[in-house]
Amino acid sequence: MNMLKGRVGLIMLGTALLILPFVLGMAGTAWVRITNFAVLYVLLSLGLNIVVGYAGLLDLGYIAFFAVGAYVYALLASPHFGIHLPFWIILPIGAFVACIAGMVLGAPTLRLRGDYLAIVTLGFGEIVRIFMNNLSNPINITNGPKGVNLIDPFHIGPINFAKTDTFAGLDVSGPIKYYYFLLVVLMVVIVINRRLQDSRIGRAWVAIREDEMAAKAAGINTRNIKLLAFAMGASFGGISGGMFAAIQGFVSPESFILNESIMVLAMVVLGGMGNIWGVVAGAIVLAFVPEVLRYTVEPAQMALFGRTLVEPEVLRMLIFGSALVLTMRFRPAGFWPETRHKREFIEPAEK
Amino acid sequence: MTSTLLEARGVGKRFGGVQALKDVSITINQGEIYGLIGPNGAGKTTFFNVLTGLYPRDGGEVLFAGKPLNLSSPHEVAKAGIARTFQNIRLFGNMTSLENVMVGRHVRTHAGVVGAILRSRSEREEEDAIRRRAEELLHYVGVADRANDLARHLSYGDQRRLEIARALATEPKLLALDEPAAGMNATETAALRVLIEGVRNDGLTVLLIEHDVKLVMGLCDRVAVLEYGEKIAEDVPAVVRADPKVIEAYIGTSAH
Repeated sequence: MNMLKGRVGLIMLGTALLILPFVLGMAGTAWVRITNFAVLYVLLSLGLNIVVGYAGLLDLGYIAFFAVGAYVYALLASPHFGIHLPFWIILPIGAFVACIAGMVLGAPTLRLRGDYLAIVTLGFGEIVRIFMNNLSNPINITNGPKGVNLIDPFHIGPINFAKTDTFAGLDVSGPIKYYYFLLVVLMVVIVINRRLQDSRIGRAWVAIREDEMAAKAAGINTRNIKLLAFAMGASFGGISGGMFAAIQGFVSPESFILNESIMVLAMVVLGGMGNIWGVVAGAIVLAFVPEVLRYTVEPAQMALFGRTLVEPEVLRMLIFGSALVLTMRFRPAGFWPETRHKREFIEPAEK
Repeated sequence: MTSTLLEARGVGKRFGGVQALKDVSITINQGEIYGLIGPNGAGKTTFFNVLTGLYPRDGGEVLFAGKPLNLSSPHEVAKAGIARTFQNIRLFGNMTSLENVMVGRHVRTHAGVVGAILRSRSEREEEDAIRRRAEELLHYVGVADRANDLARHLSYGDQRRLEIARALATEPKLLALDEPAAGMNATETAALRVLIEGVRNDGLTVLLIEHDVKLVMGLCDRVAVLEYGEKIAEDVPAVVRADPKVIEAYIGTSAH
């Protein structure tokens, strides 16, 4: 009975996800784009969840891996170098390069924990961004602050992801195609996350988070296992970055500022560290709320006062910030906490 | 005919100006329960930490099962076959008891990221084996009924036993217990004694640091006494108990 219920629920959710872009499309293609970015945030949060949620390594520079993936895609599929590789070659390259970047960050920080690690990773994130900004001299690699333009969209056979095609009388726009692609990637990433969580490696990550010294004494090579967490998390970031570059058609360093790292971390923490579904929920809510506010704040003021009293941007961030504070006050373990974490926060250790 | 399992030769350890261990040499024979006692601050736990690779040593060497022991990192020591528990229990509090023991299997298993993601047949079989072995060990130490409870919700005595189960999961030749009876009541201590004897009867060697002199004297085959980082005695309990230097270390001299 329960099984049947679960299956019906799954089918309903699946159907909803399949028709979602067409429903949103009625409100405007912008909403499909916003949904796509929300899915990208979900992917990023799931990647960061491996580092922060499972292994307990506080990473404040995670967006750097997203940037690496985005730039790898931009440079290998744009007129900038005149290279135009297909996406299914570039995405794995992006994941690989990001993975290497993850290990480059991981290796010197292995002895650090908590706030110290946070500061180093924050610095790393900024270094990557500043590199992107300045690697236009003497050899122009990244095109500096101007960014890389005219990035190729995805192509699968005759289907171009930048154009609208008609399938069986249904207009399928570019963002809708990306939506379905992202959905498939998301499902794969969720499956990977779940499997890792219940594996020998996943247990080792949690053991390190719980007590590093005990983990060592129990025979875990903490150095390698931590590097693995950084590398896995970074690879997810790299793949997401590549998709971001293709969807956007343009990348520049200002997309990868510290705020973005903090945003992704907020999604993980708010949703519920270590719990895949919590992280997914956190990312979706935090990605959508600012956009919804963006579209409602100004009309609401016009209707109430007849003019705009507070700039929408200011009010948007104010509401957003207060919502974060309130959530942390009343649900400190996140919307949907991992049961282990919930217990930890609600009844503090008696030690 | 007894054979040597572990031989520490001239192990030293300094913390700044404090010489915590001075030239400590001990020999542990295969299959015995070896006790390490001494007053507070004598260097027992420091010796343990050096022996298990948690602290780098300053001089000396350790032979284990006839080979020099790689003390560069704790997981190498675990791999070589020394498992330990901690004086102030160090479990993975927010993992279940079963998971805690499953972590102990890490060093004897191999599945990596790819295996885990693809759920290959060998990975699944290994995972099943890990779980089965962990369940057996929970039965062995007597906390099987708490298998799915978080480790931090276990009673103190059960936590001690769980920590032993996790150590046993690494398939050690030598089980090193740091004050396992600390904070236990008489019933729990008696049960612990049965458990330690059982471990020895199953072919393992036990190194025991303990304050409870009665437990040590009753349980151990041989005992070493540390004072101010130096070994002052090493023999069977009856001889050590009568050693004037040991009595002096514990009670102090009458006059100076």
